[in-house]
Amino acid sequence: MIAATEVPGWGLPEYVVRRPGGLYRSTNPSTKLAIAALEVVAAFAVPGWPGVLAVFAAVLATAAAARCLRGLAVIGLATSPIVGSILLINLFLLPGAADPIARFGPLAPTWSGLWFGLQTVARLFAFSAAIALVYLTTAIDDLLADLARRGLGRRAVFVVGAAVQMVPRTIERASEIVDAQRARGLDTEGRFWRRARGVVPLAAPVVFGALTEVEERTLALEARAFSAPGRQTLLRVPPDTIVDRVLRWAAVIGLVAIVGLRAAGRLG
Amino acid sequence: MAIELLAVGYRYAGASRATLRSINLRLEPGRVLGVAGANESGKTTLCLAASGFAPGVVGGHLDGTVLIDELDTRAISTHALALHCGLLFQNAATQLSNTTATVFEEVGFGPCNLGLPVDEVVERVWWALGAVGVADLAPRDPDRLSGGQGQLVALASVLALRPRYLVLDEPTSQLDPAGTALVADALARAAAETGAGILIVEHKTDVLARIADEVIVLAEGSVALAGSAAEVLSDPRLQVLGVEPPARIRLEREVRAAGIGWSSTLAEAIA
Repeated sequence: MIAATEVPGWGLPEYVVRRPGGLYRSTNPSTKLAIAALEVVAAFAVPGWPGVLAVFAAVLATAAAARCLRGLAVIGLATSPIVGSILLINLFLLPGAADPIARFGPLAPTWSGLWFGLQTVARLFAFSAAIALVYLTTAIDDLLADLARRGLGRRAVFVVGAAVQMVPRTIERASEIVDAQRARGLDTEGRFWRRARGVVPLAAPVVFGALTEVEERTLALEARAFSAPGRQTLLRVPPDTIVDRVLRWAAVIGLVAIVGLRAAGRLG
Repeated sequence: MAIELLAVGYRYAGASRATLRSINLRLEPGRVLGVAGANESGKTTLCLAASGFAPGVVGGHLDGTVLIDELDTRAISTHALALHCGLLFQNAATQLSNTTATVFEEVGFGPCNLGLPVDEVVERVWWALGAVGVADLAPRDPDRLSGGQGQLVALASVLALRPRYLVLDEPTSQLDPAGTALVADALARAAAETGAGILIVEHKTDVLARIADEVIVLAEGSVALAGSAAEVLSDPRLQVLGVEPPARIRLEREVRAAGIGWSSTLAEAIA
């Protein structure tokens, strides 16, 4: 074995220590999570428009400061099918609504349905924007390191990390399998029904392939002392300033207050 | 000090017949033992048994005894096994933790699991990357490496635990010739620099010819041939056992069959 003294004396590289730039990006990940939780609760628990509009304003201002408005817009677009269906259902089918905007044969969109649909959609947007903002401005390993520092077990941390990282990997794998199936004559393009039929020969290899990998991954983890007792060493710990702590506690208190006021019926 | 398999037999849970039968072998630090054999001959199972992961992690029933530095593997915890014996598989992608942003952190994953001080983790990572010759990959994203690079990072990740032995299950099987050469170079380097005993299962006998001191050939879970790498890899029974001899041996046979004299000068020129 090479003795430790023979090793070049290089330290922890900057790309491992990396500190995110900007006020919001450099905020502690747990603080961001607490703020996002407050925003989600405020958007849903405060009746009418004030809560949801306040959350929107806060999220958009933060996103602008963190320069991730474009990312938010993309995620907003991704939710458009759900948004569209919520609007349509409420517009035409809100129970008890009796203030039609117009009549199209048996269909009658209503003002109260439109109003309720818009509010629901706004809440949904506020919810997804608050979560997306954390996702867009936080490196997953920063979040994991912070959770680990706060005492979350290494298995739980690993599960969260692996689950997040698994998404792009599964997409990549599915794409490889689609290419392989196409090379063998499977038609996956064209009309919806044809595409839907193409999912069946894709799903089995993706799911079974992932399951087969589990055993090898487990062995590989064990071969790297994953089950060793004691706390894991953290190479990088995200900063947790006094401002972070104040903000975090304020968010927690705000969240509890909103839930309490709502439960007491003081929010209208 | 050695990995010793004494009359080892192994049967997977639920299997009706044994995958390994009466295996005896010894691997000392600083030596490289190559293992060849046809598909289903028990090579991967031998890796799992020799490293203590069978039955420790995968279950099943082990007959005989596997000793790592005189410790019975059945009496050692899994994480302690990892400190004695590093295990590397075929597919680099399944050996990465998938939770790290850089190769540096990936290689540090094992030492971090041990709870070592940061300074020691850092020192081990640089050492392991250097031993495999991939220090320049340290800032890269582990998910964006080529197959050969990924396998080298996986090897460095195992080395960072500073095991006395390495068990490698077909580390080049998914690599092209360039990737194979890269990994073979790194293994030769790691063997020389770390002084670890290496048990390597390999279909590519050219790799074994290059780095192995001894070679065994498995057939139906038993040792069919054993001896020095030069002896075993030139044994005429090799092909019958489903193992392709190294290119040099095949060329020598073709040359001799064509009635052309095979000289040591020619052999050296080819090497």
